[in-house]
Amino acid sequence: MSEPSTTNDWTGAANDEQWDLCLYVTDTTARGQRAIDNLRRACEEHLKGRYTIEIVDVLKNPRRAAVDQILAAPTVVRRLPAPIRKLVGDLSDSDRLLIGLELKGSENPS
Amino acid sequence: MRFTEGLTLFGHNVKALAFCLAVTTGIRKVHPFRGKGKRMETTILATMTDRAVGPTLDKTPTGISGLDQITGGGVPRGRVTLVAGSAGAGKTLLGMNFLVAGAREYGEPGVLMTFEESADKVARNVRSLGFDLDELQRKGMLAVLAFRVDPSEIVAAGDFDFEPIFAILADAIEQVGAKRVVLDTIEVIFGAFGDDTIVRSELIRLVRWLDDRGITAILTGERGNRGGESLTRHGIEEYVTDCVIVLDHRVTAEISTRRLRVVKYRGSAHGTNEYPFLISARGFTVLPITAVALDYAASEERISTGIPRLDHMLGGGMFRGSTLMVTGTTGTGKTSLGAHVVNVACARGEHALMVLLEESPDQVLRNMRSIGLDLQPWVDAGLLRIWAARPSAFGLETHLAVLAGLIEEEKPSVAVLDGIANLSDGAMAAEVTSSVARQIDLLKTRGITSVITALGQGEDASAASVSAMADTWLQLRNIEANGERNRLLFVLKSRGTAHSNQVREFVLTDHGVELVDVYIGAAGVLAGSARVTQQAAERDEELRIAEELAHRRRELHRSVIEREAHLVATQDQLDAERTEINRIDLREGHQVADTESDRSTMAARRWADASPHNGEAL
Repeated sequence: MSEPSTTNDWTGAANDEQWDLCLYVTDTTARGQRAIDNLRRACEEHLKGRYTIEIVDVLKNPRRAAVDQILAAPTVVRRLPAPIRKLVGDLSDSDRLLIGLELKGSENPS
Repeated sequence: MRFTEGLTLFGHNVKALAFCLAVTTGIRKVHPFRGKGKRMETTILATMTDRAVGPTLDKTPTGISGLDQITGGGVPRGRVTLVAGSAGAGKTLLGMNFLVAGAREYGEPGVLMTFEESADKVARNVRSLGFDLDELQRKGMLAVLAFRVDPSEIVAAGDFDFEPIFAILADAIEQVGAKRVVLDTIEVIFGAFGDDTIVRSELIRLVRWLDDRGITAILTGERGNRGGESLTRHGIEEYVTDCVIVLDHRVTAEISTRRLRVVKYRGSAHGTNEYPFLISARGFTVLPITAVALDYAASEERISTGIPRLDHMLGGGMFRGSTLMVTGTTGTGKTSLGAHVVNVACARGEHALMVLLEESPDQVLRNMRSIGLDLQPWVDAGLLRIWAARPSAFGLETHLAVLAGLIEEEKPSVAVLDGIANLSDGAMAAEVTSSVARQIDLLKTRGITSVITALGQGEDASAASVSAMADTWLQLRNIEANGERNRLLFVLKSRGTAHSNQVREFVLTDHGVELVDVYIGAAGVLAGSARVTQQAAERDEELRIAEELAHRRRELHRSVIEREAHLVATQDQLDAERTEINRIDLREGHQVADTESDRSTMAARRWADASPHNGEAL
């Protein structure tokens, strides 16, 4: 896996973008809890102050999962910024998390 | 007691015995509609093959005609069945038919979970088959869950499971009270999620999960390109152990044929052949060629062929529901014969169907008018349906589907299939034979009296094998002699009938077909103008003899009259002569007396003393 390019167009412009994430979990499992923790940690690190995470318990709300086309859990969906990205797994692979959600390039300028 | 002995005797072969029993009961169960003792049989089967089958071997009818026959009642109830096939083989439609039939006919609601198409698209695709998914959903008999799985959208980062699928399914099953579930190509998740180990274990869990809930499920699987070793691309058949059905879509000689085969059916006998199937406006139909073959009701009723002398030759007509096959070379009058049967059926007020593979309806109507058969009124009255198509217009299966459709629509009591052998334009002989056999089956099971005409002289194998399925086989043959061709009709066979073994001449007149006796003489069979000449010659001969006799009689009469007249004349003469004699005798007597008296007078006068006898009178 190569590093995402840092000279991309969106690098600078994306700085004040609001992130809207949704995490679908089967809450009872340790795996679900792990995913929540992993996602929160990553967001705090890269998107501090400009992200929201909605957590959907699939077992309690299967119809929502059906409508949102969720087959696997945990699944995190990047609803904003466009385009939609889906990342499946407990997000313990942080490199994949950063690449999959394209988190890395949109870090706060510091 | 004997049975226990048997068990002991066979010892370790109990399983084989159980299998035999399963086979026999399974075969008996091929007729699910007349199964009085079905429940009992099922129980026996279950106890005997316990280990292999599990507690029961109830079956869930798929509602797909043909498939339920070859599986002896449907797919295993409460189990998962795999339907494997390549793209476009009809897996989804089989699944949909299973769900729709469940909802409509068996009061069993269902859930469709598709990973290939949107819900709208699924509904649209099956609407042409007469399935209204929206209506079933409104009635709460069906839930459709559609997922678009786009591999490019999904990235895996760590450990995951498919719990949402279970949750969504469980919710939908509960919502409609589903007894049936179809998962349409769940395999696509292999490609999308990448992690085969997880996908595999989750699939196994899903199959168990469905089994545990007593759901009768159909999983579809894409036919893999791993050659013969695997039925599906990802080997799902390893997890689905109860029933596996493979669909196939083959193109041979540019004609496509769909086929279905039950590869595996644990604990149940099943037809193992490849069965052609159709996807038509009436849904999914499997056409078992052997399953129904010997199950017709045989009618004793005779119906006329419309040709009185042919009826006579057949011992009073065709049996209702029987199949009459007419073979002959082109132009021998096969269609005309068929038209007669149709004509007389319509005249009885029955519905008739004519399927033409050689001519257009107009052409046949015109031609039949020329021999005095006007079929148009029957068409106008809605009694006769004439349907024509070039045999090359579509494949054998579609042809069969069309026929099934026409029969469904018209419900005819008599059907004529004109020119079926022409179907072989573009197909193998064996395929034609099997297609024709299924057509005959189709007609017979519905009790339709049929006339099938085919090209051929009967010597070729295909005609002969088809004829084995026909009840009556007539052959029309052209004979060429003295510069003309004449048609002869032979009854090659007629089941259940003491039929005539004589040859008749088949004459097309302006008032229909007539059968005429042929002349059999030293020169062989005489027909046509040879027959006419012969007839004329015989007539002449008769006339000549008659005239001769009349002449002789006249002569004799004349002679008799002459002789009689002569006789009268002779008699008269005789009488006259006799009278004359008498008269002479009388006269002589008088004269003597006179003379005597004269003499005595004279003597007295002369005083003569001489004897009169010495007198001068002498």
